[in-house]
Amino acid sequence: MAPTGQRRSGYSRRAQYNLFTGYIIAGIGALVGVVLLVLSLFQPHLFGGLRGAASDTVSPATETSATVRTGSKSIWESVSGYYRAGSKNAALRREMEIARIRLAEADAVRQENLRLKGLLGLRDSEVKPVAVARLVGSTASSTRRFAYVGAGRDQGVRVGMPVRSPRGVVGRILETGGDSARVLLLTDTESVLPVRRAKDETVAFAEGRGDGLLRIRLINLGINPLEVGDLFVTSGAGGYYRPGAAVAILVEKADDGGLARMVSDPAATDFVSIEPIFEPEAVTAVATPTETELAD
Amino acid sequence: MERMDPRARSDAYGSRINRSHSPFLASIVPWASILLASVLPVFVIATALPIVPPIAFLVLLAWRLVRPGLLPVWAGLPLGLFDDLFNGQPFGFAVFTWSMALIAIEIIETRLPWRAFWQDWFTAGTIALAYILSGWLLSGGTPTIHSLVALGPQVVFSILLFPLFARLVARLDRFRLHRWKALG
Repeated sequence: MAPTGQRRSGYSRRAQYNLFTGYIIAGIGALVGVVLLVLSLFQPHLFGGLRGAASDTVSPATETSATVRTGSKSIWESVSGYYRAGSKNAALRREMEIARIRLAEADAVRQENLRLKGLLGLRDSEVKPVAVARLVGSTASSTRRFAYVGAGRDQGVRVGMPVRSPRGVVGRILETGGDSARVLLLTDTESVLPVRRAKDETVAFAEGRGDGLLRIRLINLGINPLEVGDLFVTSGAGGYYRPGAAVAILVEKADDGGLARMVSDPAATDFVSIEPIFEPEAVTAVATPTETELAD
Repeated sequence: MERMDPRARSDAYGSRINRSHSPFLASIVPWASILLASVLPVFVIATALPIVPPIAFLVLLAWRLVRPGLLPVWAGLPLGLFDDLFNGQPFGFAVFTWSMALIAIEIIETRLPWRAFWQDWFTAGTIALAYILSGWLLSGGTPTIHSLVALGPQVVFSILLFPLFARLVARLDRFRLHRWKALG
């Protein structure tokens, strides 16, 4: 393609100045970018308000697109459901019979739990979600894994609250806007979640790797007791998440733990519930420096 | 009576009689398309991997390379500020990288004034690769080797999709300079 004559300013003073000023502003722009970048790398919440306002503006539109998306997905599911319907039906029936038995067993366990807790004087209050909202969007092109939910400060959502789907933990609230909030997904590299193996008390940390998998790091090192297929649930340590919510399934063993896949893939998630922080006192206690005393 | 070919008086931008370009569209279309592309990735569902290419950045590169001289060299500052609201990177990342990309293209253009499309594609691919890698380094998270490997599909998509964005920009440019019927 032929070069444009834009850069040749000729003898025109005005054109020369315009060109020169353009370069100056471009340089200043790059510098401003560096300053903003450094500021926000060290103070990540500095521009949260701006971003919250921006995501509030687009959230009505994303809400609509989320509806369409789930609608089209369910059409596809019902079409693909006809494929090999007979054998699937039989398999499902078998599975359901086993599930019924397990359910009955779980009922018995629940009864026993209730009785034992009664003996101990513990009381489980029903956790009521702060808000139920759609997962409306995400930062799909960024290395960071964030998602947006369609509920914010006006619905009572606060920073730090856990976000759950019917399947399991999705992440936790990082920034709130008026009607939308930004969620730090479990697979983000900055996300760390205390978990335990569902069938025993093996405690570990589940860290995001940034490539869609979680890294399970055992706290007690030694012989690695994990096996592929183990389910991990939240342990309740740290005070943010209620214990017992499904997090991930182990897919690969490593020396100090393993790799796990999220149970609740955000791409397959439609509605999520935002729950209150499990133990707010514990969270404030952790955030308080050791020198200062906790106020009652 | 023999009629003339109805398209005899028209060109790529439409018929010429009683029609003229819209100054509003001519100036707003490049900026608006990049702003729109900034918001677009938000609508894509939250995936576990970054798969979607940086659409706004590719549209910016396409405008700059397909239509040189239209976007000023300082366009990265205002457009980047807007993109930073939505891109999920630390604030200021797009301002910095977009400004640097436009300055880099300006330098490349002075060195290689005559270029074919495949050279522009090479430029865009290299810059997109640098953009995605610096996004990995400056994400505010810990840059792990696994998240670097996970960027592979996104880089491939970005490079392969650039010609598509170039064609899209060419279409938008035709729309930008379309002649509209003058009223009254």
